[in-house]
Amino acid sequence: MSEEDDDIILSELDDEELVQQMFDDLYDGLKEEIEESVNILLERGWAPYRVLTEALVGGMKIVGDDFRDGILFVPEVLLAANAMKGGMFILKPLLAETGAPRVGKMVIGTVKGDIHDIGKNLVSMMMEGAGFEVVDLGINNAVEAYLEALESEEPDILGMSALLTTTMPYMKVVIDTLVETGKRDDLIVLVGGAPLNEEFGKAIGADAYCRDAAVAVETAKTLVARKHNQGATA
Amino acid sequence: MKLDDKTLTETGLAPEGQGRILVIACGALAREILALIEINGWDHIDLQCLPAILHNTPEKITGRVVEAIEKHRAGYDRVFVAYADCGTGGRLQANCEALGVELIEGPHCYSFFEGNQSFAERSEDEITTFYLTDFLARQFDAFVWRPLGLDRHPQLRDTYFGHYEKLVYLAQTDDPAITQKARDAADRLGLTFERRVTGYGDLATVLGTQAKL
Repeated sequence: MSEEDDDIILSELDDEELVQQMFDDLYDGLKEEIEESVNILLERGWAPYRVLTEALVGGMKIVGDDFRDGILFVPEVLLAANAMKGGMFILKPLLAETGAPRVGKMVIGTVKGDIHDIGKNLVSMMMEGAGFEVVDLGINNAVEAYLEALESEEPDILGMSALLTTTMPYMKVVIDTLVETGKRDDLIVLVGGAPLNEEFGKAIGADAYCRDAAVAVETAKTLVARKHNQGATA
Repeated sequence: MKLDDKTLTETGLAPEGQGRILVIACGALAREILALIEINGWDHIDLQCLPAILHNTPEKITGRVVEAIEKHRAGYDRVFVAYADCGTGGRLQANCEALGVELIEGPHCYSFFEGNQSFAERSEDEITTFYLTDFLARQFDAFVWRPLGLDRHPQLRDTYFGHYEKLVYLAQTDDPAITQKARDAADRLGLTFERRVTGYGDLATVLGTQAKL
């Protein structure tokens, strides 16, 4: 965040200072520095899950809060996300090996007719950071693609994204098909995208509209916990 | 009337004249609507434009349009809103209907310039197409390049446009300078270029109908 950063040698910082520096580097979208810091913490014996939650997710929370408050804008969030992605790339195989806790599973995709995936990609990444397994179907998904993935992946959550007012009604087509095929009640359905709002989410029968990636993560955690509790008392 | 794009983008245009119909429009349509008024001799129509940059924050459009209607309607026999849905998710239409004011049919200006029916017919085959109009070609930096941070972070270009394949310039006028700007925009975004002459499309038809009422 300042010119002094040029002189900082990451490996000479103690753990607390390094995590603080990672918050700054994520904020500034410095991918190489994040990758280096992740490797330093791993070499110091940090568990991959701890690096993920305390350093990367912690840093992205600051980015998310400042985006929500209008201090940061989309380009800066994308650069931060790209830096986090660099760290995640190192951690992901290690997380699988070390049996990091899994909160739930999500299938996510942009709806038919829509090729916009920036918001969806941010949600995918933040969900993974929060311990969800994410199956990303990419862009332009017809109802058949969602159904096929739901069948094969058996997720807790279906996430749908749209940027265009012309494509967002397709979310209702998917939800209606889930209802018709008796699959709706097995799933938590989250929707998001710039032109959507809470009213639209309710009107199409989604469980929740999520205005940004941070809200998506919190909503997903809450609804998955509720679902599990209901399962336990049923 | 002398128009400059910076004013139309940031400030808009105050209503002028003694007309009995007020058209409240997006600043991106100012030149086109004033051209239609002049060509057709619609002296009974006044034009007010809201800042065109609202295009980039569509959640603010409805409130601004409603405010303008309420401010000016007492001075006119009738108000017409020259916006389409423009990313408001139906809210603009619902609010205009509640106020008894009509607006342009369709999702956005790309659609009504081309003609809503034609645009809808092509839409499934053009989901990887990025559109510019005359105004947006002239104001590409103000509406696309700078707001997306591409002036500061050009490496983000493919994050935004990686799934796009083609830029279609919907030409309202035959102006080689604007065509060149649109072609340059396509090059900068790494997209193939197509120029499609639309003229004023449904905008001319709908304003013609309003002018006769």
